[in-house]
Amino acid sequence: MIHYIIRRLIYALPLLIGVNILTFVLFFVVNSPDDMARMQLGQKHVTAQAVDNWKKQRGYDLPLLWNDAGQGLETVTQTVFYQKSVGLFWFDFGISDSDKRNIGADIKQRMWPSLAVALPSLVLGLLVNITVALMMVLFRNSYLEFSGVVLCVILMSISSLFYIIGGQFLFGKLLRLVPISGYDGGFNAIKFVVLPVLIGVVSGIGSGARWYRTLFLEEVEKDYVRTARAKGLSETQTLFRHVVKNAMIPILTGVVVVLPLLFMGSLIMESFFSIPGLGSYTIDAISSQDFAIVRSMVFLGSVLYIFGLLLTDISYTLVDPRVRLS
Amino acid sequence: MMVVLWTDALIYLLLISGSGFWLYMRGRATMQRPIRKVGRSKTGMVSLTVLLLFVCIGLLDSIHFRTDEERSNEIISLLDYWASPIRQKSEKTYSAPFSAYLFGKELMAADEGKQVWGYPRLKHGAAHLADPDSELADDVLIKTLTGLAEGLVFSLLPLGLLWLLVRKREDAWLKQSTGKTVIAVVVVLISVVFTAIELSAHYHILGTDKVGEDVFYQAVKSIRTGLVIGTLTTLVMLPLAIVFGILAGFFHGWLDDVIQYIYTTLNSVPGVLLIAASILMVQVYMANHPDDFTSLIVRADMRLLFLCLILGVTSWTGLCRMLRAETLKLREMEYVQAARALGVKQGMILYKHILPNVMHIIIISVVLDFSSLVLAEAVLSYINIGVDPTTYSWGNMINGARLEMAREPAVWWSLAAAFLFMFTLVLAANLFADTVRDAFDPRRAEHE
Amino acid sequence: MSSNLSMKLAEQRVLFLVLLTLFLNLAGCDFSQLNNPYSKTEDNQAVLYSSFTERPKHLDPAVSYSANEYVFIGNIYEPPFQYHYLKRPYELEPLTAERMPAVQFLDGNGHQLSADADERLIHYTDYVIQIKPGILYQPHPALAKSDSGAYLYHHLTDVQLDGINTLNDFEQTGTRELTAEDYVYQIKRMATAKIQSPISELMKNYISGFAAFYDQSAGKSLNEISTLPLEGVVAESRYTYRIRIKGKYPQFIYWLAMPFFSPMPWEADVFYDNPRLTERNITLDWYPIGTGPFQLQENNPNRRMVMVKNPNFHDDYFPDQGEEEDRLNGLLTDAGKKLPFIEKVVFTLEKETIPTWSKFLQGYYDVSGISSDSFDQVVQFSGTGDPNLTADMQNKGIHLQKAVSSSIFYIGFNMLDATLGKNGEKSRKLRQAISIAIDYEEFISIFMNGRGIPAHGALPPGIFGYAEGKEGVNPYVYDWVDGQPRRKDIHYAQKLMKEAGYPGGVDSKTGQSLILYLDTPATSIEERPRMNWFRKQLKKLGIKLVIRGTDYNRFQQKMRAGNAQIFMWGWNADYPDPENFFFLLYGPNAKVAFGGENAGNYQNPKFDRLFRQMRNLNNNEQRYKLIQQLQDLIRHDAPWLFGLYPEDYVLHHGWYTNVKPNLMANNRLKYHKIDPVKRKENRQQWNAPIFWPLGLFLLLLIGLIVPAVIAYRKKIRLALND
Repeated sequence: MIHYIIRRLIYALPLLIGVNILTFVLFFVVNSPDDMARMQLGQKHVTAQAVDNWKKQRGYDLPLLWNDAGQGLETVTQTVFYQKSVGLFWFDFGISDSDKRNIGADIKQRMWPSLAVALPSLVLGLLVNITVALMMVLFRNSYLEFSGVVLCVILMSISSLFYIIGGQFLFGKLLRLVPISGYDGGFNAIKFVVLPVLIGVVSGIGSGARWYRTLFLEEVEKDYVRTARAKGLSETQTLFRHVVKNAMIPILTGVVVVLPLLFMGSLIMESFFSIPGLGSYTIDAISSQDFAIVRSMVFLGSVLYIFGLLLTDISYTLVDPRVRLS
Repeated sequence: MMVVLWTDALIYLLLISGSGFWLYMRGRATMQRPIRKVGRSKTGMVSLTVLLLFVCIGLLDSIHFRTDEERSNEIISLLDYWASPIRQKSEKTYSAPFSAYLFGKELMAADEGKQVWGYPRLKHGAAHLADPDSELADDVLIKTLTGLAEGLVFSLLPLGLLWLLVRKREDAWLKQSTGKTVIAVVVVLISVVFTAIELSAHYHILGTDKVGEDVFYQAVKSIRTGLVIGTLTTLVMLPLAIVFGILAGFFHGWLDDVIQYIYTTLNSVPGVLLIAASILMVQVYMANHPDDFTSLIVRADMRLLFLCLILGVTSWTGLCRMLRAETLKLREMEYVQAARALGVKQGMILYKHILPNVMHIIIISVVLDFSSLVLAEAVLSYINIGVDPTTYSWGNMINGARLEMAREPAVWWSLAAAFLFMFTLVLAANLFADTVRDAFDPRRAEHE
Repeated sequence: MSSNLSMKLAEQRVLFLVLLTLFLNLAGCDFSQLNNPYSKTEDNQAVLYSSFTERPKHLDPAVSYSANEYVFIGNIYEPPFQYHYLKRPYELEPLTAERMPAVQFLDGNGHQLSADADERLIHYTDYVIQIKPGILYQPHPALAKSDSGAYLYHHLTDVQLDGINTLNDFEQTGTRELTAEDYVYQIKRMATAKIQSPISELMKNYISGFAAFYDQSAGKSLNEISTLPLEGVVAESRYTYRIRIKGKYPQFIYWLAMPFFSPMPWEADVFYDNPRLTERNITLDWYPIGTGPFQLQENNPNRRMVMVKNPNFHDDYFPDQGEEEDRLNGLLTDAGKKLPFIEKVVFTLEKETIPTWSKFLQGYYDVSGISSDSFDQVVQFSGTGDPNLTADMQNKGIHLQKAVSSSIFYIGFNMLDATLGKNGEKSRKLRQAISIAIDYEEFISIFMNGRGIPAHGALPPGIFGYAEGKEGVNPYVYDWVDGQPRRKDIHYAQKLMKEAGYPGGVDSKTGQSLILYLDTPATSIEERPRMNWFRKQLKKLGIKLVIRGTDYNRFQQKMRAGNAQIFMWGWNADYPDPENFFFLLYGPNAKVAFGGENAGNYQNPKFDRLFRQMRNLNNNEQRYKLIQQLQDLIRHDAPWLFGLYPEDYVLHHGWYTNVKPNLMANNRLKYHKIDPVKRKENRQQWNAPIFWPLGLFLLLLIGLIVPAVIAYRKKIRLALND
């Protein structure tokens, strides 16, 4: 097990380097450091001197990927790419290009609002989806299942933007039950988070419940379930004792993959509700072309993604002893 | 003079390859059963009918030519030409559906040179009525009935002919209950189309937007954008996913490692960034080659094409992974092992044995992806990295309509129109996808 | 065995109730304002609630150069002078200075010249500024001293840094008196490459010794530069300092009212120069130290910025003079009262316009702009065309403020372009024809809801030299009819097109229709109708307009390279002086050749000569005449299509008083006043929550599930009986 984890971690290294090169190339194919400097310096009284100063202070005055002037190793190390990438591997994100804030500190601060929305959405969503799916399985071949399936398809066919716009309009503006947008620390966060979480859950019911339903149905028709039923166990008993237990494996492993990515927040939800999380951080950085932040967030995202894959593998062994990692 | 835009050309290509694929499938015995199953499903066939209506509109909108009206040299499509009455009749600003007046009050010249603060009449909407307050409801009713009647006549004539043709054949599909339902739906759809045409000639049936453009026209024009994104993306994605997925699964070793490395890397970079970067690249390219993009519609088309390309690049990984896993399984099957032992060339094995057996996964994933791509377009437009702002698309409509909801009273019709059209398309696509999945998935087929 | 399920359901129901009560408890057991985004405790305080859309990037006065940052630092830092809050036209008055500065002209040898000396003799101008004694800085850890008089936090130890996450975590604070040396130090900071002041390149041309200091200070730490002498800026005594500028530059006084020239205690740079603080984002860029009416208490640019009253704020009083209309509007009732009136200001980050607007209507923001989408809801025009608030707004007690801003939105023609610029008389006629064809009156009415004035020249109203009436009309685009300017007929423009060699928009040489390009960085969906409109306007002349939308960087690059043809541009004045507008057309400021602000690369020796004469004059009759000549020149040459001067409409609630738009002053907050009692009443009245749809929804859900459960039980019973 330990061996396996270590090997996976070593595999992660080329992956992260690849991600980093990709981000770097994507960003600088269209943007030169000069462009970045001018973008950040604004419109008035920008001189070539100011642009040079800006680049020098932020370390963009070196060649991008290859330094012809350097000797030996310096051809690689004395470049923007090397200088900017190395720190990432021990999570030293440096300072942002636009306002010189410490990115690490900002990420730590903005992580919590993201989690405050994403985690309840996930947990509640899971509960609601499983409940709805179970109901549909329990009442299968009745009008309730049929209407449930139809409802799911309908819910799935609505763009998430409609949920957000509609939710804000209904609960915030018409019924005045929650603040329209914003965020606050501590317990005050609850009133701000209620609506985004609700919308997150409702918009996820369609696809989530449908998927869980198929998982349950697959289990229901397996032989052992038939045996259980033949033994005289009632429908609810078989459902809860056998079906749910076995269907939980794919459900849980599906959840584990996304767990680490919860930190990254939801792009759309956060900017609509002006929640100061990591999702809106990324969007802002892209629109203001702050390369330092974009690079850090992409790196963080891929680290979390790889971590999620690892967690999934491990969770397989935990729930199913037959699986051995090799 | 006909003009073929990049996306047009790809749509034609898609149409040709789609028909080719259809013929290929019909010819294969293994595909007969699922196809027949889809054909028997009422929901499936009804939603397919609705989808076909959308596709027809999209195709009409994909045949472009230059007009020489007023030397403007505009590029318009067949649909635009056909819808010229609504396209050109724009009001000053917002007006509600079926309204005869502007939505906002304005200073108007009244009798004796005085000015009054009130709702001015529309230039085109309900302009043929002398006193809209009393006549409007009746007129709308009459026009609706006329439209319905026209639709009935128009659709029953060819359907009647069709009926005469198949009357003799006992097992004709049209005589089964699914066939009858589809006929009913076709009649209803054609009637609705005729009613819409009849009404939109005199009214703005879904109102007008901020600059007075007809919302119904916008929503109809958006169909092509939605379809293009849903289908062309697949065209880009499929070759990548099929080639890489099957190769990775079939040949172990370094090839597998490299392909896995590529798709894990691509997967770990947030898609938003990839899309934003490529959209930026197109803009830079266009800025550097201004002479190639003198027409707005060509610029917008280029951006749409790139959006499809990049969406394809970001979305092939999922299918690729599934195909790899399936190929891994198939590789160990006896018949494949036997073919190998007999010395059949590897390329032949891939083509003869592996590809046909993963076909159902490909079909299912294509129909399933379609609706999520249509939905994704709206979200991307919201973050300004979607289609060009000048392109008609539901995403752009929603994006513009967000602000309108904050007005008092709210301007709801742009949002509602986008919702209605998008919902219909995505719902039909989802229902059809369900049917296809039920029919093609071998695991489900067992339960029949 | 369905009891299992029903028990589970019952459990869930209990859990739900517990959660619900918990939630209601947390919301303060008060159903009257569930949507209140603030904590209840602030309800009775004079707190001002406002929003910001773009996060500030720099709060260091030497670096900050944007309006959204001035909202904060303008109220925290105090330059020596300020704009009078009420008087119009804008007028400077002393802030921390005792009086307006003594201006002395010097010749090349340093001998003093008389005030009316010939400009050519003046080599230097001295500004001697005396500041008031007894002004204290806000409480700040950088100034905290131990009993023995040593600075507590200048060399931070690990023990001291323990548990420090924001500036408020420091236990001790201190203050000290403002001295002239602090003003000098700030100018030295601007003259340091390390600080990257956006105006350092500009100031090199003006302040004597600035450029030399820039080179000398390179590589030196901030601690060292405080002792390094800057030739042109010297503290003559504890309360007096002198700035020497090259030649004559009367507009320099306006710079002295901008936050760039605020005081900075040297202690601040010593304190913040610590990597351990930088790691925690505790830098001068984020935690200002000033003498102004407010100090920054909470700094979270990701969510909200909170300013509170500075306890050490010096004596400052509401002005007792103003315009006649101010007296009528009750703006002078607080004359002579001590400032500021507001205890606390809370700025919340709002990126979307809908929530901002809704919260304003709910009473959670005290002030708001009007987006064009909500305009109809807010403003209606009376029979005479005057804007008024609608009845809805009036019932809510909302007030409307209007002001023409000191900005201009224009369309520039690139004078380096072969078609539009370099073709002599023909190009000029083409430009004039376009100027007539693009109907800006219609533009203002369609796209700006009438919030703008069509421009007839480079100067907006309120700037010296702006001419009213017939004198101020652009005769090349308008006719003067019945005491009103009227846009020339389109046929006249078509005639000009013919003279320019493009009859009916077709190039008579090539026989092709003329294609022009408009470059714009605006590519968003909201811009589409505007771009369509522009195309329609040029179609009137038969010209085909192609819009080339690119991103901002590409657009800037094009402008620098001179590749644009027609472009939309705007200028917001730094200070209310005509020089700040005409320099945008001054030859030596050309963008392509010199990297200046003359984006259209307009070159006219006569204009340049007149401009040089005009810029250094005081506002007198001679200057006025020169300005009219300049205006006439550019109206004739038409390097710009003078678009419009935007008008700002601002709404504020009735409990927010003493508000008068002042586009120059950055420190307006200290004059404003809040009535928390009235606000609380209104908020309660407007925000009663509506619960019944929730109950309806629950009933619906139960109605759906109950029959199913009954049916299921029946089925089970049947199965058991079998």
